[in-house]
Amino acid sequence: MPEQLIWGMEVFLNGLMSGVLYALVALGFVLIFKASGIFNYAQGVMALFAALTLVGIMEGQVPFSHLINAIFGTEVHHFGWHVPALLAILLTMVVMVAMAWVVNQLIFRHLVNQEPIILFMATIGLAYFLEGFGDMMWGSDIKKLDVGLPQGLNPFIDEVTYNIFGYGFFIDNLDIVATVVAALLVVVLVIFAQYSKQGRAMRAVADDHQAALSVGISLNFIWVMVWSLAGFVALVAGIMWGTKSGVQFSLSLIALKALPVLMLGGFTSIPGAIVGGLIIGVGEKVFEFAIGAPYLGGATEIWFAYVLALIFLVFRPQGLFGEKIIERV
Amino acid sequence: MNDMTPEDYTTADGRKIGGVVMEMKNITLRFGGVVAIKDISFDIRQGEIRAIIGPNGAGKSSMLNVISGFYNPQEGEVWYKGTRRPPMKPFQVAQQGIARTFQNIALFEGMTVLDNVMTGRIREMKAGLFSQAIWKGKAEREEVENRAVVEKVIDFLEIQHIRKTPVGRLPYGLKKRVELARALAAEPSILLLDEPMAGMNVEEKEDMSRFILDVNDEFGTTIALIEHDMGVVMDLSDRVVVMDYGKKIGDGTPDEVRNNQAVIDAYLGVAHD
Repeated sequence: MPEQLIWGMEVFLNGLMSGVLYALVALGFVLIFKASGIFNYAQGVMALFAALTLVGIMEGQVPFSHLINAIFGTEVHHFGWHVPALLAILLTMVVMVAMAWVVNQLIFRHLVNQEPIILFMATIGLAYFLEGFGDMMWGSDIKKLDVGLPQGLNPFIDEVTYNIFGYGFFIDNLDIVATVVAALLVVVLVIFAQYSKQGRAMRAVADDHQAALSVGISLNFIWVMVWSLAGFVALVAGIMWGTKSGVQFSLSLIALKALPVLMLGGFTSIPGAIVGGLIIGVGEKVFEFAIGAPYLGGATEIWFAYVLALIFLVFRPQGLFGEKIIERV
Repeated sequence: MNDMTPEDYTTADGRKIGGVVMEMKNITLRFGGVVAIKDISFDIRQGEIRAIIGPNGAGKSSMLNVISGFYNPQEGEVWYKGTRRPPMKPFQVAQQGIARTFQNIALFEGMTVLDNVMTGRIREMKAGLFSQAIWKGKAEREEVENRAVVEKVIDFLEIQHIRKTPVGRLPYGLKKRVELARALAAEPSILLLDEPMAGMNVEEKEDMSRFILDVNDEFGTTIALIEHDMGVVMDLSDRVVVMDYGKKIGDGTPDEVRNNQAVIDAYLGVAHD
């Protein structure tokens, strides 16, 4: 087998894996969009905030320590304890639910029946506020996140591929974990949305506020629930990305990568977010490998996803899995 | 003018009418300086078909919105099942067993007919998230029971053939029927219909009238409806409230109302000299 092709296969696999990570962020977008019609620009920052909070809790950091020290002239930074990963994750989830409640109470409850563009603007505001708030609360240095997920080369795949191709593929254990987690998450979310009472209520609220009220659904309850779910997905994405590349503020930029993923998969489809993520992940890696690096001077990964999304927009505006646009005239 | 029959009675066609389920006492509703409803009182009895009629802009829809909690009146009291109702959110009113339809149809367009009607059962689903997650015991039993009610309603309203169709694809007349089905699936103690026949052709109107009568007859559902079309209302209802410019100008059986001079004036106009 030619070397190029074998390398190509490795690139393909790695593309799939990074696609899973894009998909995780895209999932959070889809959830909120489905239930409230809000395009939540802050999803990426929520992932960052979740990861920051997780690290902070695990390492016993004192929140707002800079602020406290500046005002009181003290020198506190750490509580001096370490919280086990699982407990820290639970505590972080509590923080995310609290945040969902506050966000709904202070912002979105007051914007019922507003134009989507207004809601979108509100999420942009939220994104930048949250970024600053996270910075103020936990500090702006790059942090290492280790919740005990396996990392590094997977020896099994390395060995198997070496025996077949005479060349061992480098597949990160973490990527495999991320894939399994993402798959589980999707199955659970789809079942939840399709069959549970709350899921049905969520779809109802997304479709028509008035009608939802008239059958006895509390809008506030559903919105807090949805923002909490999005917070949960953000936490999962934050853990994966944070473990992979450290918890840093550039994490919030991956949110922008989720945009083309959504254009591809459709803004309203949970499976679409996954498939879209995979296509973008594989597409940009393979394109860079086959065309970008040898002929175009490289760095095509930055823009490839957006071009792909544009092409999709022209030919299938609702995305691969988006709800059909039905209009009776 | 009020129908003062104190006890339960049986109508000419053999339906049993019970005591008062809902009473509106001196309701006044304002939007800024505009008075939409001015000091109106009336009651709704168990098992009857109660109509609210009036010319355009008379405040009929506002009245329905007061009953269903979409508007809270500035003055007056709403009494439901013998207790005074505090100001409530629409979803709380729905949870108390008051279901409604809308003049401009409010359905979940992206969902199928079946899913739409199933949402009508949401207040009957009490199993916790965990129980639903493992889909055993209470949740499963509930789902089966709810499904049975929904299928009965779907059968009754003759919409079996479209149960898997997304609502967005249906023609207007059928949408109206699906909306009625969703409200009915809640097994409401009071069913509020906001212009159920608006925008329909004669045939569709006849169908809808028949369904409304059948629902009332078969399930004993108390129905309060708003309608524009005098003819339809007179045939359907047991008692009629007539509104004009936010005020009540008539209340009684269709015959009483028909011969009420104020009503005739409101509908036909009076000469102003």
